[in-house]
Amino acid sequence: MTFYEMHDAVGATRDCYAEVQRWIDATGIPGLQRRMEEAEAIFRRIGITFAVYGEGGDPERLIPFDLLPRVFSRLEWQRLEQGIRQRAQALNAFLYDVYHRGEIMRAGLIPQELVYGNAAYRPEMIGFDPPGRVYSHIVGIDIVRTAPETFEVLEDNCRTPSGVSYMLENREIMTRMFPELFQRGLVTPVDNYPALLLQTLKEVAPPACKGDPVVVLLTPGSLNSAYYEHSFLADLMGIELVEPVDLFVDAGRVWMKTTAGPTAVDVIYRRIDDDYLDPLVFRPDSTLGVPGLFHAYRSGGVTLCSAPGSGIADDKAIYVYVPEMIRFYLGEEPVLANIPTWQCGKADDLAYVLEHLGELVAKEVHGSGGYGMLVGPHATPQAVDAFAARIRANPGGYIAQPTLDLSTVPTLGPAEVVRRHADFRPYCLVGRRMRLVPGGLTRVALTEGSLVVNSSQGGGVKDTWVLRT
Amino acid sequence: MLSRTAENLFWMARYIERAESTARLITMGQRMAVLPASGYRDEWRSVLRVTDSESRVGPGPITEEDIARVLLLDPDNPASIQTCLVRARGNGKSVRTKLTQEMWEALNLSWRRFEGLRPAEARNDLPAHIDWVKTRASVFRGAAETGMLRHAGHDFMRIGGAIERAQMTLRLLEVKYYVLLPETDVVGGGRDHYQWTSVLHALSGSRAYHHVYGGVYTPARIADFLMVNRTFPRSVAYCVDQARTHLAHLARAHGGPTRCHRTAFEIYRLLKEGGDGALFDRGLHETVQQCISLINRLASELAEAYHF
Repeated sequence: MTFYEMHDAVGATRDCYAEVQRWIDATGIPGLQRRMEEAEAIFRRIGITFAVYGEGGDPERLIPFDLLPRVFSRLEWQRLEQGIRQRAQALNAFLYDVYHRGEIMRAGLIPQELVYGNAAYRPEMIGFDPPGRVYSHIVGIDIVRTAPETFEVLEDNCRTPSGVSYMLENREIMTRMFPELFQRGLVTPVDNYPALLLQTLKEVAPPACKGDPVVVLLTPGSLNSAYYEHSFLADLMGIELVEPVDLFVDAGRVWMKTTAGPTAVDVIYRRIDDDYLDPLVFRPDSTLGVPGLFHAYRSGGVTLCSAPGSGIADDKAIYVYVPEMIRFYLGEEPVLANIPTWQCGKADDLAYVLEHLGELVAKEVHGSGGYGMLVGPHATPQAVDAFAARIRANPGGYIAQPTLDLSTVPTLGPAEVVRRHADFRPYCLVGRRMRLVPGGLTRVALTEGSLVVNSSQGGGVKDTWVLRT
Repeated sequence: MLSRTAENLFWMARYIERAESTARLITMGQRMAVLPASGYRDEWRSVLRVTDSESRVGPGPITEEDIARVLLLDPDNPASIQTCLVRARGNGKSVRTKLTQEMWEALNLSWRRFEGLRPAEARNDLPAHIDWVKTRASVFRGAAETGMLRHAGHDFMRIGGAIERAQMTLRLLEVKYYVLLPETDVVGGGRDHYQWTSVLHALSGSRAYHHVYGGVYTPARIADFLMVNRTFPRSVAYCVDQARTHLAHLARAHGGPTRCHRTAFEIYRLLKEGGDGALFDRGLHETVQQCISLINRLASELAEAYHF
């Protein structure tokens, strides 16, 4: 039976949802509907939009916002927090290991070819110690819930996880429109995230930095789907939002072009893929990128956050081994479990997957954002056959997982509160120490029964509360 | 401030001004097109010439629908209102963190108003569209006036706006200078009268002109008003004064004047010496052309000095 997070086993409102329930009852559905339209108008006016790759239509459409918050109790959060920190630490330890002695491969726990033959692996990083030995400074962990006590990790995001602006804006809109909900101080605030992020970035300043580090946010530009988030975060941190054309390398340091001449840059929070960072090292055909950037990085002139090559840790083929990493590097048992995963690159797993594809969720190893995936039970037989053919053509490129009975959360329907599947992405900050704001982004599948929550596939977002007590 | 930020603010202001200038020209064209005198079709042609858009219509008579297509909607014409609005918003979007919320909202609101509109439909509501554009430009300027930090970004914006405004007045004079040629000192036939008042009207200057010069139109005074008057906000001299004020701020913040400061001074001196009919003695057309090329030089020297 699907776990509905608002109700307990006998259908009574769970304690942590008491305030939300009271609010729904007091406002009524038509009242909430009206306020929802107001919220959407505010989002549109501010210009919080999300471009969707590969689909026609409006290039700047709104990501749908649902008014009803998703709530975690303090106890639930404590457990989540422990698991998130543990995972972020292990993933960074793994990255250090991958680019140094490779102990975990030597110990036979992860197959070498899976790492060293991986497209996300960057031999250029071998032997380099990034400041603080941190590779992934913002770790976004996608978590699903299948039962009151069962939280499982769907995937890790070690490169540049997006969506944190929605966490902040959703709360901002809710506080602005419904101050009464927050007056009693039941909900832990999240608005210190930008300050913590800036602190984290400053902590990993390079050896060449003297004095207060100059931090910039590097965006591919205003056509990027996450541009709103880039400008939003830069604004809240009070740092420059730069594009590759604004930067150049000289004498081992990175400089930004300002009206007063060049200014040295110490830390770059880059929201741009490895491939497009530096045409001299990664993709010579790239017109983006800052020539010489990587060399400046390796020689300690600048810090890149995240480090190039961090993608190896969030690869879907590597995901399977994260519990092993936690045991190997930290000597602990994982707090958050993985979802059982079949690796199509293994003959036995492949046979099982092809036989049961109609019941499974199959994903491309290198895909993201809900593209290149099949939800077996919701797909037509033709689609399943077509996907099977793709898997057969390149088994190593696919994994499969059981179709999970994701928990549902209360969502505002046209006439009543409806139940929709959701997941959760918290953002763990890793500098000289780890920081985690109590909250994250809840994504919700707005179509009844749908399990795909990606905003690129019609998912929406909602405010997420972590209660103080 | 990032050079790219300065560049975007500069161009954002220019495009907003340009959208408004084009709107004003369309109004002027409409006024002249209803004149009883013959040859009004040439009036639309001169409007297109002022905006460098003449190649976008055929050699035949120009209709209001052509004007709606070329000057309001054409996404490829850098002078069309649609292009200006889209580009201004694009510039604003890439420096969002440097704009106030109100400025951004002014840019972002209905920037797609003209998307998908057909010229025939647009033609029917032309006056309403034109008013809307002028209002948007005013709202944007108002938001900047009352909310924007007075840092270098503000200076770059104001310089962009001033340059674009001066260019508009100069181009209008360049295309229309022949009606101001001082063949007679007193206004002759009705058509000339309308020509002149239309030019003044396009620049929101017909009432202002009367306040300054009384009721009599003479070519020398009109030229004087549009070129060297230092109180009329669309005169070239006023725009140059404004640009110089903000250039001076930039010089203070960036360790001294640059070549563009000298060019701005040169335009200032040229206009200062052109009062009291001296413009005509020197040749109005030559002076106008000289100003246009000096202002173009100013814009490129500005970009060079601040590393655009």
